[in-house]
Amino acid sequence: MQPNNVDPALIRGMTQRRLGRRDALRLGGASAFAMALAACGVKGTGTPAASVAPDAVAKFWAGKTSTKHVDFANWPLYMDPKHPELKKFTAETGISVNYQEVIQEMAPWFAKVQPQLKAGQSIGYDLMVITNGIQFGQFKDSGFLAPLDHSKMPNYAANAAASYKSEAFDPGNVYSVPWTSGITGIAYDPAKVSRPITKLADLFDPAFKGKVGMFSDTQELGNFGMLVLGIDPAKSTEDDWKKAAEKLKEQKTSGVLRNYYDQSYVDALGKGEVWITQAWSGDIFQKNVSDGSNFKFVIPEEGGSIWTDNFAIPVTAKSPVDALALIDFFYQVDIAASLAEYINYVCPVPAAQAQIKADAAKLSGDDKKAMEAIADSPLVFPVAADYANLHYYRQFATVAEQQTYQKVFEPIVLG
Amino acid sequence: MRRVLAPYFLILPGGLWLLLFFAVPMITMFSLSLQQGDVVSGFVFTGHWQTYVDAIGNYRTQLIRSLIYGAIATLVLIVMAFPVAYWIAFYGGKRKSTYLFLLLLPFFVSFVLRTISWRQILTDDGMLLGPLKEIHLLPANFHILGTPFAVISGLVYNFLPFMVLPVYVALERIDPRVVEAARDLYANPATAFRKVVFPLALPGVFAGVLMTFVPVSSDYVNSAVLGSSSTTMIGQVIQAQYLVNSDYPTASALSFVLMAVLLIGVFAYARALGTEDVMKVAAR
Repeated sequence: MQPNNVDPALIRGMTQRRLGRRDALRLGGASAFAMALAACGVKGTGTPAASVAPDAVAKFWAGKTSTKHVDFANWPLYMDPKHPELKKFTAETGISVNYQEVIQEMAPWFAKVQPQLKAGQSIGYDLMVITNGIQFGQFKDSGFLAPLDHSKMPNYAANAAASYKSEAFDPGNVYSVPWTSGITGIAYDPAKVSRPITKLADLFDPAFKGKVGMFSDTQELGNFGMLVLGIDPAKSTEDDWKKAAEKLKEQKTSGVLRNYYDQSYVDALGKGEVWITQAWSGDIFQKNVSDGSNFKFVIPEEGGSIWTDNFAIPVTAKSPVDALALIDFFYQVDIAASLAEYINYVCPVPAAQAQIKADAAKLSGDDKKAMEAIADSPLVFPVAADYANLHYYRQFATVAEQQTYQKVFEPIVLG
Repeated sequence: MRRVLAPYFLILPGGLWLLLFFAVPMITMFSLSLQQGDVVSGFVFTGHWQTYVDAIGNYRTQLIRSLIYGAIATLVLIVMAFPVAYWIAFYGGKRKSTYLFLLLLPFFVSFVLRTISWRQILTDDGMLLGPLKEIHLLPANFHILGTPFAVISGLVYNFLPFMVLPVYVALERIDPRVVEAARDLYANPATAFRKVVFPLALPGVFAGVLMTFVPVSSDYVNSAVLGSSSTTMIGQVIQAQYLVNSDYPTASALSFVLMAVLLIGVFAYARALGTEDVMKVAAR
């Protein structure tokens, strides 16, 4: 018998390692593990740029009734701490309001509430004020915002400025109406900074080494990085973002920058941690009024940016009916005037200007002058010439474009 | 039968706990780190290892910085904690527990609050620096906050008891007669300390290092409160990727990288120290 006649299959079988029971288990385990990994995918919250169904409003509001209570989430420095407007609202309607200053920056706010919204749970608030940036789009595209019932908002229809009824980020104001607009500029402490600050380049001046603050919000930060290079953020390209990023990196590595801040920049300015910082228009006015400090706010020569903070009702709100009533209440001329008098942000109700002047006429001396200054302030009632020097946020056409933007600026803030 | 099964019943509560709150999150996180997408349209598992490459590429500065801060803070902790533990163990007398209680007293106030109060004290024009600047002993733009010094000091302050306690336990166990024997054999106090006390305390130091180096390196509170954009630690990056940017894959990938680096570091340290069984020593 010749040895070469052996069946090759037999040799293969005898020489190769066989898969034992253990190996089978191990392999099975491995593939089960791989399957488990794949099964862990995180479901999305919605579809980008979902269009509004025509019956969305009717569907959402059907069966919703008043609970006589509203939980309201807002930013700090957005209302007189005594809440006179809310007290009036409660007195007139019997609806109590729990007002909380819990929003310090948009990205963390979105990250914080999105798991609950995704699970269809209440976030603890019936009403929130959100900025028209990237996260506004995320809230909207995820289907987290309730479509507003404009038939229940007569004051808004009558009193809101025309420009606030046609915002690019929410055409037709389906999901939001403005709380107020604001301008991003530069605030500084004249006691520490000996020369008047006029331009964005001052934020990059080595003379203020370790004493310059910038915003950690990627859009606010990126906007100033672009504006200082003479680029209009609204029309910017990826190349522009990278150039701006380089400029901002240099500001950081050279030690000029102290830190990136959310709303806490006001505190840092107050404590003397920063002498000159990116700032939001009304905050500095309120800071000066509330504790007698003497900080200055300027819109730089190269221009500042303008944004809008908006009322929005989360879809899981327990009391959307009362929230809607509160929104419309803020569009009464006297309420809008009273709010603007205190917060000094851009008022979406033009008729409030005459009301503030009328309020001023009732006062005398310095109070009268201060009130008249508010009515004439370009920060509260900007005119066309003021808008010429203000730049809008970049609107992102696609999610991919927005992610590219984030990938350029996030590593700087986290750096 | 019951006798055979008893040990398994004993580990059941702890085992289930670990399975539920350690194994499940770990697997979820690992899966997340290999997914792609965004928070609005969702994340899908694609086995995308590139996330790890990008995460390390973008944030290696912060990772290395965290390890350096962790190492410096741990060394300072050893130097500071040893004399404290030594004194309490050998000279504490009847009041040993009082001293230990005093050491732990700050822990009855929240970690974050204590760090924030340091911020109040050290702030640029605050109670410490303000007067010094007023009399022109310091330049107007001098600051402690926002520097690596502030961050490392905060880390040392917050983790001191975690080093003192294990070292104390090791020292406390030393039989004083061993030291006396050394002295009887003509060792001077320094030699007795070097050849007898210190080697016997090493397991305590090792446990202390394990309990401080790991949490210190991944801490995100001290740098956030006392630091600046140039002291960002890896813990802050992970936290921000999860809770600010909603970039779950990058956050998960960075967590695993950090975990791997720390594990390698700890085992290398154990090897260098000649301690074979790391966990056994740590458990002592």
